[in-house]
Amino acid sequence: MMEEKTTSVEVRLPSRMGYEKVAMSTAAAVAKLMGFKEERVEDLKTAVAEACINAIEHGNLLNEGLSVGVVLSSVDDALEVKVIDDGKGLKSLPPKPDIDRKIHGEEDPRGMGMFLIQALVDEAEWVKGTNGKSSYVRLVIRLDKDTD
Amino acid sequence: MQTETKARVDQLTSPAGHPVSVLRYEGDIASTSKDAVLGTYQSLPKATTKLVLLDFSKVDYINSSGIALVIQMLIEASNSGQKVYAFGLSPHFTKVFTMVGITKYAGLFPGEAEAMAAL
Repeated sequence: MMEEKTTSVEVRLPSRMGYEKVAMSTAAAVAKLMGFKEERVEDLKTAVAEACINAIEHGNLLNEGLSVGVVLSSVDDALEVKVIDDGKGLKSLPPKPDIDRKIHGEEDPRGMGMFLIQALVDEAEWVKGTNGKSSYVRLVIRLDKDTD
Repeated sequence: MQTETKARVDQLTSPAGHPVSVLRYEGDIASTSKDAVLGTYQSLPKATTKLVLLDFSKVDYINSSGIALVIQMLIEASNSGQKVYAFGLSPHFTKVFTMVGITKYAGLFPGEAEAMAAL
C-alpha cells in the first residue's frame, strides 16, 4: 500500500485587515507547487482571503492581540486549509445572498464572503471550538486529474 | 497592508453620441475603499449622469467588502435611473461578479472599446 505523504505549511496573521493577503499568497504558492491550474489557484486565493477576513473581523473582533492561524496541508491530490480564530464559531450558516433583495434594499449589501467560500472550493465546513475558542473553517480544494 | 484605492473620472462620449462617466479604479477594492468607490461615484452630478462605466483594469484585488461597495453603488444608480457597466475584470473576478449576481444589474465587457461601442 502506498503511504500518503502530507506536507504542512503554517502562517500566523495579526487580526488586522489586509493581512489576509499574506495567507492568499502562501496558499497560492503551495497550490502552484502542487500543480493546480491558474483558475483554481485564483478560486483558492479568494476563498482563503474571505475565510481570513471572517476570522479577523467576526472571530477575533479585530483584536490585534489575537492572531489568526492558517494551516495548509497537502495530501496527494488535495489541499486542505484550516483558518483558526479565537471566536465562538458560527451558530448557523447565513442564507444564500440574493442580489435582487440587496438591490431593493431588503437585504444588507454585505454578506457575500461565506457564499463565495462555498462556491469556490470543493468542501467548506465551519467547526465550533471547544470551550468557545479555537473555532475554524476547513476548506478543501482538489486537484482534478481530468481537468487540472 | 491593503493597497490604497485610487479613483479618477473621465467624461467621454460613446460612438453613439451618449455621454459616459468612466470611473477608473486602481489598487485594491476592499473595506477601506468606500471614499474611492462610492465617494467618487457620488460626486457625479445625478441630473446629467445617465451612463456610468467602471474601469477595473488596474485593480488587483477585490474582496467581499469591495463587492458590497459596488452593490451599494448599483442600489444608488438604480434609484437614480442610471445604467452601470464595467470592463477590465480578470476572468476570475468576472466569474465572481457573475456568481454573486452583479451581472444582472451591471453589464460586463472585456475592454473599454467593446463597452463604449455598446453604449
